[in-house]
Amino acid sequence: MFVFRPESSDQKKKSRWSGLLVFGVVALAILFADAKPTQALPNRKVMAIPAFARKYGLPCSACHTAWPELNNFGQVFRDNGYQLMNDRDSPIWQNPSYFPITFRITPNWHRESADHQVIDSSPGCFNTPCFSVAGKLNQSGFDLSGMDLWSAGTLYKNISFVLLPSSDSTAVWHFEAAWVRFDNLKGSPWLNVRFGRFELDNLISEKRFLFLSNNGGLYQIYHFNVPGSSNNFGYGDNQIGVELAGHSENSYTRYSVAVLSSNEGGVNFTTDVVPGAPPSNRSYDVNLAFSQAFDAKSLGFERIGAFAYIGQRPTFFETADGGTVPLVGLGNKPFYRVGVAADLYIHNLELLPLFMHGHDNAFLGTSTSSQGLLPAGAQAPSFNGGFLEAHYYLNPQNVILGRFEKINVGQQAFSSNPGNFGNVTAYSVGYRWYPIMFSRAGIALDGEYSRTKSIGIIPESGDGTGAPPLFPTDGVWSSSIFFGIDFDF
Amino acid sequence: MISGKFAATIALGSIALLTLCAGPLRAQSHVDTPDPSLGTPSVASEESHIGGLTGHAASGKVLYRRYCIGCHGPAGDGEGMNAQWIDPKPRDFTQAIFKCRSTPTGTLPTDQDLYNAITRGFVTTNMPQWRPLTQQQRADLVAFIKTWSPRWSKEKSGDVLVIPAETPVTIESILHGRELFQKLECWKCHGPAGHGDGPSAATLTDSKDNPIRPYNFSVGTRFKCGETNQDIYKIFMTGVDGTPMPSFHDVIQPNDAWDLVHFLRTLQVTLPTKEGDLWRGYVATHGKDLKPIGPDSAAGAQ
Repeated sequence: MFVFRPESSDQKKKSRWSGLLVFGVVALAILFADAKPTQALPNRKVMAIPAFARKYGLPCSACHTAWPELNNFGQVFRDNGYQLMNDRDSPIWQNPSYFPITFRITPNWHRESADHQVIDSSPGCFNTPCFSVAGKLNQSGFDLSGMDLWSAGTLYKNISFVLLPSSDSTAVWHFEAAWVRFDNLKGSPWLNVRFGRFELDNLISEKRFLFLSNNGGLYQIYHFNVPGSSNNFGYGDNQIGVELAGHSENSYTRYSVAVLSSNEGGVNFTTDVVPGAPPSNRSYDVNLAFSQAFDAKSLGFERIGAFAYIGQRPTFFETADGGTVPLVGLGNKPFYRVGVAADLYIHNLELLPLFMHGHDNAFLGTSTSSQGLLPAGAQAPSFNGGFLEAHYYLNPQNVILGRFEKINVGQQAFSSNPGNFGNVTAYSVGYRWYPIMFSRAGIALDGEYSRTKSIGIIPESGDGTGAPPLFPTDGVWSSSIFFGIDFDF
Repeated sequence: MISGKFAATIALGSIALLTLCAGPLRAQSHVDTPDPSLGTPSVASEESHIGGLTGHAASGKVLYRRYCIGCHGPAGDGEGMNAQWIDPKPRDFTQAIFKCRSTPTGTLPTDQDLYNAITRGFVTTNMPQWRPLTQQQRADLVAFIKTWSPRWSKEKSGDVLVIPAETPVTIESILHGRELFQKLECWKCHGPAGHGDGPSAATLTDSKDNPIRPYNFSVGTRFKCGETNQDIYKIFMTGVDGTPMPSFHDVIQPNDAWDLVHFLRTLQVTLPTKEGDLWRGYVATHGKDLKPIGPDSAAGAQ
């Protein structure tokens, strides 16, 4: 989260226009810098996971629409266990000095802004009575993203792996993903078993998408929980467990069934990957995903799919030391997320629509221990939401991005809550330019503007003070302007 | 909050940085881009026809840039930036010499042949299966590939080889195929056991003088030009152009060719085949009567 300085009202307008000026000029500069004829065939390509590029010698654009997003060829490669299935996939065929590792980080300049933040009436309460007021915070400057240090590939023919230590921008590390997969069991692409911590089989991946800013760099719906809920589940977060998955030869048909610990991918029996997370319970969740693709002739490649996540989370803990030390999660209560998604092409235009419905048990949704009774007005909360994302590929090196998201809380956790409490509206626009086409590494210049309105809650982006606004009806506008140099080696 | 001056500084700095970066990057790109005719390579057929599909070179050009350019190069000559690391080398489309054809040696392949090659990929090489692309995309790529050589505007594809019905798999057929393997000196390149280690193997080069290795039957489950018995038949009846593997179309009769197919299947020891099963049973009882394949063997081999 960023620390902001409050801004005086007479500076707000000036600041807003200054930020927009920077973004506009940078975007224009990018456009003009790449103003070469698209008819030419520059032979420089960027690799998304250069470790694979170094192994197979394919350009990044073979596997990615625009890295890191996969196209169907990349999806097939991934589904086959990072194998091209040309009898040269086992590491024994590689030069012994080859090591399948890549890193990615994004030096950037960005500006974050959030209004309706609870701040002191006077900075530092200098010589004035101190009371809380709603104010706007913004901050800008040069910055670093987190870093991924990704190793992936095959241990042997039909045994693949990923090890992904990932840090935040202060170099605090965790294992974002770590798994081993046994591929093509019994010689069939329909039987693959993966074990470890991995991304759910999302048709629209948040791990391989094209937005990087605080507000745009996440799908709101993948992390949304109704205000007041103790549920920490995020569909976009990597989970830990075992997965059975399969696909047709060209991955047009895909399925997966995963059994996962009910702990949000936490390690060491905790309920999250962050340090200090409470202990987990002893139960399991299930994720189901299915998708089918179609060859739409000249339009391109179209995929539709559905998913369902059925899980549970504890509502109280076994304790020690007089109830102060939580030991094991107990009193599990269920929740589920179901949805449909698609990846549609109309020539160079890619559309990514997703709809999700979420439902939490009333105990979970109101953060109430199931040892007792529900408070008055408590009810099982639910929400509906989704997004439509669009990519327009000017060519493999230039892509224009846009996304609109909307989440409505269908039923509040408490009947007394305002009807729109927790609703989210977000939109993002961006542009990525891959200036060089080189077969050993990748670089992308990324410009974005993202804006999110969340009613009565903390923005998912982390912008602002980290505290909810003064009133549950306050709409918090959080915005990001981002310009980064995304590189991958 | 940022001041107007600071914003202007950022903006100007960004422009300066981008200008500095973009200049050399574009220059580099131009160095590696061979010539302006790249966009409109040798004018030939701008279409391909595969079944009911019509491929268009203009669409294929975009796909080529996305998928193929790294190996086959911006000039289509097999000199892409990755080519130096690849063995065997990528195909040089400017020569219009293709390994996998259903047409006689020396002639152009059919559009379907090229489509099949793209779809199937080339096992044990860096050329993957492009089955994940749509059929239309593959057809478009075929159309574009044909624009790299003037041969496509001057010549027609050769006549498609007619593959007769396969003869029954019998021990006699396999034995006769084994005789042909000896007689036609297949073993000189492919080795007596089909391991690709014949006495000539180390000396083989392709039409661009790049070293190449004969196919090793003992480890492969597929062939570069297919995996069915019909594919094997086609491979040695049409030859593998651009390599030392000749066409045997004018050398052996169809029935003999099928016998050779049946014997070659027995060399694929890692692949369960009916030919292999039959042969192993025969060898168990008559193995001592078989003469070894190689320079010291009589033409009859048995």
